[in-house]
Amino acid sequence: MADVFDEYSMAEAWDEMFAAPGDPRPAYRSLFSTLQPLSGTDLRVRADQLARVFTDRGVTFAYAGEERPFPLDLIPRIISAAEWDLVTRAVRQRVIALERFLADVYGPGEVFADGVVPRRLITTSAHFAREAVGIEPANGVRVHISGVDLIRDEEGRFRVLEDNLRIPSGVSYVIENRRAMTQTLPNLFTEARVMPVDDYPARLLHALRAAAPEGITDPCVVVLTPGVYNAAYFEHALLARLMGVELVEGRDLVCSNNVVRMRTTQGERPVHVIYRRVDDDFLDPLHFRPDSVIGIPGIVNAARAGNVALANAIGNGVADDKLLYTYVPDLIRYYLHEEPLLSNVETHRLDNDDVVAHVLDKLDTFVLKPVDGAGGKGIVIGPKADEDELATVRAAITADPRGWIAQRPVALSTSPTLVDQGVAPRHIDLRPFAINDGDDVWLLPGGLTRVALPEGALVVNSSQGGGSKDTWVLADEQAPLAVRPSAAYAVDVIPYDVGIRDAGPASQMEGQQQ
Amino acid sequence: MRTGMLSRIAESLFWIGRYIERADDTARILDAFLGRLLEDPWADEDGACRALLAILGTGAPGGSRLAAGDVMELLGFDQNNPSSITGALAAARENARGARETISAEMWECLNITWHALPARRKTAERLGPNLFLGFVRERAAVLAGLAESTMSRDDGWRFLILGRSLERVDMASRLLSIQALTPEHAPEWRTVLRACGADESFLRTHGGQVIPQRVAEFLLLDRLFPRSALHALTTAEECLRALAPATERAGVADAARRPIGQMRTRLEYADTATLLEELPAHLRTLQRACATASAAITARYFEQTTAVTWAHEGV
Repeated sequence: MADVFDEYSMAEAWDEMFAAPGDPRPAYRSLFSTLQPLSGTDLRVRADQLARVFTDRGVTFAYAGEERPFPLDLIPRIISAAEWDLVTRAVRQRVIALERFLADVYGPGEVFADGVVPRRLITTSAHFAREAVGIEPANGVRVHISGVDLIRDEEGRFRVLEDNLRIPSGVSYVIENRRAMTQTLPNLFTEARVMPVDDYPARLLHALRAAAPEGITDPCVVVLTPGVYNAAYFEHALLARLMGVELVEGRDLVCSNNVVRMRTTQGERPVHVIYRRVDDDFLDPLHFRPDSVIGIPGIVNAARAGNVALANAIGNGVADDKLLYTYVPDLIRYYLHEEPLLSNVETHRLDNDDVVAHVLDKLDTFVLKPVDGAGGKGIVIGPKADEDELATVRAAITADPRGWIAQRPVALSTSPTLVDQGVAPRHIDLRPFAINDGDDVWLLPGGLTRVALPEGALVVNSSQGGGSKDTWVLADEQAPLAVRPSAAYAVDVIPYDVGIRDAGPASQMEGQQQ
Repeated sequence: MRTGMLSRIAESLFWIGRYIERADDTARILDAFLGRLLEDPWADEDGACRALLAILGTGAPGGSRLAAGDVMELLGFDQNNPSSITGALAAARENARGARETISAEMWECLNITWHALPARRKTAERLGPNLFLGFVRERAAVLAGLAESTMSRDDGWRFLILGRSLERVDMASRLLSIQALTPEHAPEWRTVLRACGADESFLRTHGGQVIPQRVAEFLLLDRLFPRSALHALTTAEECLRALAPATERAGVADAARRPIGQMRTRLEYADTATLLEELPAHLRTLQRACATASAAITARYFEQTTAVTWAHEGV
């Protein structure tokens, strides 16, 4: 039988694992030698086992009314220590610049006065929250949790695809993926030094506590979920459980005199920090959508009064829409006086007639994205679109150029993935998660690698047939390892108590049958 | 009306309780520690394995470096070692075989099915990872506990079963903490210790997400509500012993089995939590000693049996 990677044919893109057919990149060598001798059946059995672990643990999503395990590919994605160092510095740089930008937008507005970003960009943004002006976070943090989506281009360079500063989700899959992988494929881990991911909940809790209103030394932290029917409810529950805090719904909280409390059997108890997984629009029916039944009336005023901290802050969406994205390199230069460590994908703003005309002329050579779409919704990939789709998007852009951006199509890097026909290249991206506690921006080593499972597909969202991969960051081999001689473990064996009978002979009893 | 029960049966129930708990706890410990070894890139596998073997009562083979697979072999699959999971389950089944008329048919079947399923589980685990074996063991221990809970009368037989289980819990809790106290240079994270005792989520809900060593030690030794804490298990054991032999004396406790348990329980109950970590090694030593003393006294008092006498023919 052929070995696992013998039939692997590389696609027209940067391959994460192979430099050339049969020639794995250095970071992948040990993985390659472990997997290569396995048979297709071996792989399949393990893949089934992975799926079973997810089904048992309830790591599922609803697809066509059916509960399905979130597809986890058993071939991990590996990032070397040096590359991860670059990603860490780049994401940190970006998050800090965007924090400064948000503080500016909801504060003095110097960035507009200095002409770096036009003010109308903000005032026409659907995510600009006038309500957030003047809310000053106690430790200055607005982006407690962020997910900066990265892709690797044809030359193997990481590029930023988009920023998620509102309620980025997916971190639960990082935690569950690692857990399922170590359970199901322990052999893979024995040869590799993989950075652990289970620090995340503790880091998150630390950052949330650090965000508490002034004067609160032992803050009460809660996770606010829209409810069990939300697609990410599993994640909300997991994070609350791992942090040991309450998972609340809007109806569990009451707000009076600008203080938020939760209803408990022991009466009402003040809440100081809310990790909210409810969109701005639904958060407070007094300020946003009046028909929201999952929000808490008055919570915005409580935040303004400084009695409760919201993570992430209200109005962050203004800094992560796709139009503002085109300004982020300038923001990094403006606020930090540094050059961006990772580039954006080449993007056209449709803000003058020449550009619009140019893009409309060559529509089938661009990726067109609505500026406030999320989850891959509304994206048109020019080279793959048919006439009807192009006509529709042409009309939409002509009607509202402010609502669109045009990007160069990037062939996302590929990673070997187990599909029905065997192991084949599939496109992937990467969402590292960053936590800002006010002193430092910490990155969860690895993050979520999403895979577009249909052949050739470039959209990796789970709502569009995406799966994921366990993402390994290799520990720095240069770092000094505390190697201790095994002789140091002269621990005395603690003997066990054993039933007397269990030590005794059974020989005589055996002869007593007739 | 109180009637005694056969000493032999009582002893079997006591040991079923102990062995099942041992299998369950060992499975949890292996799951947590071996899992951590895989996840921690800086782990010294050989050293961690040796420490683990020592606290779980098994001498480490000399010579070559140890890996997780060796630990599974010695503490998971070795049928001849009563401190391995398979050995403990075998011993529990043997004890149940001798007490079949007393324990419910369902309990016997549960033990028997478990025993017969082990070889297949072992094969699966060798292919797909130890978790499949360890998870099965935990599950079967829970099934047995549930069956006992719902099918046994709360008579003396029940008390011996629970007494055995509680005593083993105390013993295992002190072993688990020993790895922290005795081999600090080799100690896993406290979070792993919590997981090894099924206490992680309960701890988080009680103390929040900050895992402070002193709080963990406190939780596993002194917590009044968590059923696997040493104090909780000691209290349960004490209740069983008191029910088995209600005290009539006006002063002191005559029951030699209850005395060491009660002394240990009060010692822990009134321990100063502020200095708990410094005193941990001392606490653990006395805990181990109390378990051994109590077990010996219980055996002497309740399970006494004539040792087989060998008759010698007098030469004329």
